[in-house]
Amino acid sequence: MKHTLTPQRYLILLAVMLTASVGDTLLSHGMTQIGPVSLAHLVLLLAALRNPWVITGILCLLGFFASYLTALSWADLTFVLPSTAFGYVVVAFLAKYWQHETITVYRWLGILLIVCGVGFVANGPSLTLHESQHPAEESTSAAESTIQGVTR
Amino acid sequence: MILPTHIYVGPIETWATIITVAATAVAGDVLTAGATRRIGDLDLIRAKSGMSGAIRAVTSSPMFLFGVLSMAASFFSLLFTLSNVELSLAAPASASLTFLGNAFAAKLFLKENVNRRRWLAALFVCAGVFLLSK
Repeated sequence: MKHTLTPQRYLILLAVMLTASVGDTLLSHGMTQIGPVSLAHLVLLLAALRNPWVITGILCLLGFFASYLTALSWADLTFVLPSTAFGYVVVAFLAKYWQHETITVYRWLGILLIVCGVGFVANGPSLTLHESQHPAEESTSAAESTIQGVTR
Repeated sequence: MILPTHIYVGPIETWATIITVAATAVAGDVLTAGATRRIGDLDLIRAKSGMSGAIRAVTSSPMFLFGVLSMAASFFSLLFTLSNVELSLAAPASASLTFLGNAFAAKLFLKENVNRRRWLAALFVCAGVFLLSK
């Protein structure tokens, strides 16, 4: 096992972290403008779809899903998931500096633990190789067979 | 008349709903990861046949579609859980169980090499998520 990540792939992992956390924060900001939605007034959810914060949040979350799937196509699930957890840290900072929420000592400690957890996997290999197959060969051959299927 | 926002249930029902959220989330993650692994490098597919080709490659995989269905089931079971269980317990408990469950499922079904470094990462992230909810 060895490192297989190029700078471009680290950028995709960064996109996974940022789009999820920014998307959640934008949705939260938009929904506080809409107000509480009860079961009796579900139509308010449709009104939420006209709120620019909610729309931008949904676009960010679509970007998250696209970059998450891309990352899973060349890295292990147990490598990508802790990286996405770094989004909790980004949300905490957005909550503090944008929404002016208070971050307690427990939360700072939680942030520290998540950063350590992400550091453990980030320094390790990104993909498990099976039967001594080269990662580039593996992903290229699989992708080429899929492309043939798609273009057929 | 003021209606209660939560109908509090017993510990067995509470943990059953939380475990359902985590189990469906793990199933969704493992199925989508398995599907993308079979499809191949999406960067390469996008470079050769464009974004529409990449979208077609992903959405034509039954495994991926089952994964998305599991993710949707997880989302709706989370909504159900949140209507019965306090957010401060439901959200971190389901997120932490999902991280640990994914490590087990990735080793079992995807044959990933979950070494000591990755187990430590999963445990640290679990503990971190719990502390964030304090």
